[in-house]
Amino acid sequence: MKVRVKFSKQGIMKFIGHLDVMRYFQKAIRRAGIDIAYTEGLSPHMIMSFASPLGVGLTSDAEYMDIEIRTPIPSEDAIESLNRVSAEGITVTGFYRIPENRANKAMTLVAAADYTLRFRRGHEPKTDWQSGISHFFALKEITVMKKTKKSEKEVDIRPMIYEMHVNAGTVFFRLASGSAANLKPELVMDTYLKTLGIEPDPFAYEINRCEIYADTGTQQKRNLVPLSALGVSITEEDCPGYGQSAKEFT
Amino acid sequence: MRKLALNDEILLSIEKPARYIGGEVNSVMKDKKDVSIRFAMCFPDVYEIGMSHLGIQILYDMFNRREDVWCERVYSPWVDLDRAMRKHHIPLFALESQDPVMNFDFLGITLQYEMCYTNILQILDLSGIPLSAADRDEDCPIVIGGGPCAYNPEPLAEFFDMFYIGEGETVYGALFDLYKECREQNISRKEFLKKASRIPGIYVPSLYQVTYREDGTIASFTPVDEDVPAVVEKQVVTDMTEAPYPESPVVPFIKVTQDRVVLEIQRGCIRGCRFCQAGMLYRPTRERSLECLKEHAYRMLKNTGHEEISLSSLSSSDYSDLPGIVNFLIDEFRSQNINISLPSLRIDAFSLDVMSKVQDVRKSSLTFAPEAGSQRLRNVINKGLTEDVILQGADEAFHGGWNKVKLYFMLGLPLETEDDRRAIAHLAEKIAEKYYEIPKEERNGKCQITVSTSFFVPKPFTPFQWARMYEPGDYLGFAKTVNHEIKEMKNQKSIRYNWHQADETLLEGIFARGDRKISRVILEAYRLGALFDAWTEFWDYGRWLQAFENTGIDMDFYTLRERDTDEILPWDFINIGVTKEFLKKEWQKSREESVTPNCHMGCSGCGAAQYGTGVCKMKRKQAQGGCKA
Repeated sequence: MKVRVKFSKQGIMKFIGHLDVMRYFQKAIRRAGIDIAYTEGLSPHMIMSFASPLGVGLTSDAEYMDIEIRTPIPSEDAIESLNRVSAEGITVTGFYRIPENRANKAMTLVAAADYTLRFRRGHEPKTDWQSGISHFFALKEITVMKKTKKSEKEVDIRPMIYEMHVNAGTVFFRLASGSAANLKPELVMDTYLKTLGIEPDPFAYEINRCEIYADTGTQQKRNLVPLSALGVSITEEDCPGYGQSAKEFT
Repeated sequence: MRKLALNDEILLSIEKPARYIGGEVNSVMKDKKDVSIRFAMCFPDVYEIGMSHLGIQILYDMFNRREDVWCERVYSPWVDLDRAMRKHHIPLFALESQDPVMNFDFLGITLQYEMCYTNILQILDLSGIPLSAADRDEDCPIVIGGGPCAYNPEPLAEFFDMFYIGEGETVYGALFDLYKECREQNISRKEFLKKASRIPGIYVPSLYQVTYREDGTIASFTPVDEDVPAVVEKQVVTDMTEAPYPESPVVPFIKVTQDRVVLEIQRGCIRGCRFCQAGMLYRPTRERSLECLKEHAYRMLKNTGHEEISLSSLSSSDYSDLPGIVNFLIDEFRSQNINISLPSLRIDAFSLDVMSKVQDVRKSSLTFAPEAGSQRLRNVINKGLTEDVILQGADEAFHGGWNKVKLYFMLGLPLETEDDRRAIAHLAEKIAEKYYEIPKEERNGKCQITVSTSFFVPKPFTPFQWARMYEPGDYLGFAKTVNHEIKEMKNQKSIRYNWHQADETLLEGIFARGDRKISRVILEAYRLGALFDAWTEFWDYGRWLQAFENTGIDMDFYTLRERDTDEILPWDFINIGVTKEFLKKEWQKSREESVTPNCHMGCSGCGAAQYGTGVCKMKRKQAQGGCKA
């Protein structure tokens, strides 16, 4: 059974890099006793893939990983057993059954993500930086210099900004994400601040990813849905024989 | 949520911030208001090394089982954080509570290798604890050292309030109880240290006085007071099966050196190699029962989620029921995709069979540690491994599909000659020839034999504790002999040779057998910037030479001099069970190239039988029963 796990990454976990989060889950799944499937071959590894790596320093309410399990387990129980063995800062919030076909891999589905950004205490610009955001978002074109391996080139990032507004010092972004087009909130914020003549400070932002979306719409019209919405919760009825082995044991 | 000692700006600008944030699965949180003793347990090296150490995991678990103690972990801040902490005046903190080490009752530092000695000064310095024990006041934590290097604590005597001599499982309870009692009665630090010195195994260096002869050797070593014991007794766990063992070791977020469950199947070694300190210190050999090991394996894998389990011991092949434990691990855990790692196995039919089950034969290599190239020199060092056994093992392995062999040797051993060095090349050549005896169509390409040599360092409490060392140029000459001879071999293209630096070896030798005068050199080197000396990128021999020059201490006195067996050695006040008489006899026997049988073959009367446990008592009778630990 293919399963999508949704989790939050908060607090000290923001210092744990993407590869270490993978290692964390490999061990957590063993501790929780989830019967995960492995690849074939000489050195089998867990079938597990992440939707979108999160940079060190960022927090998130909505990280996704897809796994394959050999024995179905109700969502509620899986969430409970993963959280019981978790480190402070990682909380599993969803465990969904997803369609079996390859096209549904979280990694390939990612189309957009929501972020909030705040200034770290003491790093806030001295001048008014909030009122210009609506004007910035209303621009038709926002060009930035993007460095590639060989050269620098101008890129218009405006089409990748789906939403941007500010509320009481917290900036909200909905940005293109994934393999086709990917935009980071810190780049947008840096670019914006430069238009105000403020030099960005590398440690100034506190960024939280709030959701990751797939696009189920057409080329003409986007229809963003959270990755979790593409799966369904697993009930006890979906898990024939579940709980029996535990009963036999006692 | 815990408040971190370091702010985001620092954490996001240094390498691997996860080294400093704590919060790992199975790390122990307590309320500091609920405990009476706070213990900061330190491994003076970077997190990934320190977290891999079994001894600390055992003590961390054991201390935290006590309701009145909270034991936390401290590791050396890497050079990037070291800089930031000094710049922003941030005191060193423990990982769990993130509180400054200065607020703790004890700072325990494990002494696993000599090259970490300057890191100890960094720990004290960053904590704000005066480097010299004599300068500490009532507010400072009690600084206690333990581990293998504590068996000659003298070079560090200046920096420590006390040392724990022996295995940690035994008298910490008594020490904690005494500490609580003293504090309740408002007894001074000085008075506490004096009372503690009467606990067996606790050595308080400030309570002993050393005088020297004109030639620099020790004239006398005596307690300053008559109620301070003249001899410090090594502490030994008498029943390994009953001894505490962690059920839920801390699971690091980042990859550490030993990223797996470690199962200590036994402590000690029956072999009696004359160069080996561990082989003497941990006598007598004591096994954990198979039933107990099975329970530990289950629980630790369940509670950590690790995907690998490794056996730990000085010589796993000597465990009385090796097939029992190995087959259990394979049968029970292979199907769960848990890797099984079996270090320190002797190469024979059994080990080849199990290794072929747990690893990819084509990728893995076999390891032999003959330590000396010729049979004569192997007899001198009492390494009971013969050429026939090596060649037969290699032959079986080659037929089993292996084609990579690693060979470990030492250079600069007592009584070693040019012939012995050349014999290293000859042995490698014979192994290569064994491989090429196999018909071409049956073999798997070329064979790859890697010869590695390290330079021998004489260690306290070994039969070679009296031996001399050599000049750096001599050591490199030894390595050149080996290298040159390998180049002369017919199959030289199948043999690779690696050798180590010589200058680090000398320093290690000086610290290993040094006296109290060496403290000054360590302090001076630290002032000159020495730190992380075990890391090649920071090792600077010139700085150490400068430190010796500045302090006026003669290196050659410690390195080039063969000690007289009547000389008072700096560590003579410790009783490790193995007697000085036995060591002298072994030193003599090595000159006669005469071999001493191992503890399974017969008792040689080393003295460890005084503990009335382990191999001395049980003789081939297996340990039985499950564990209560």
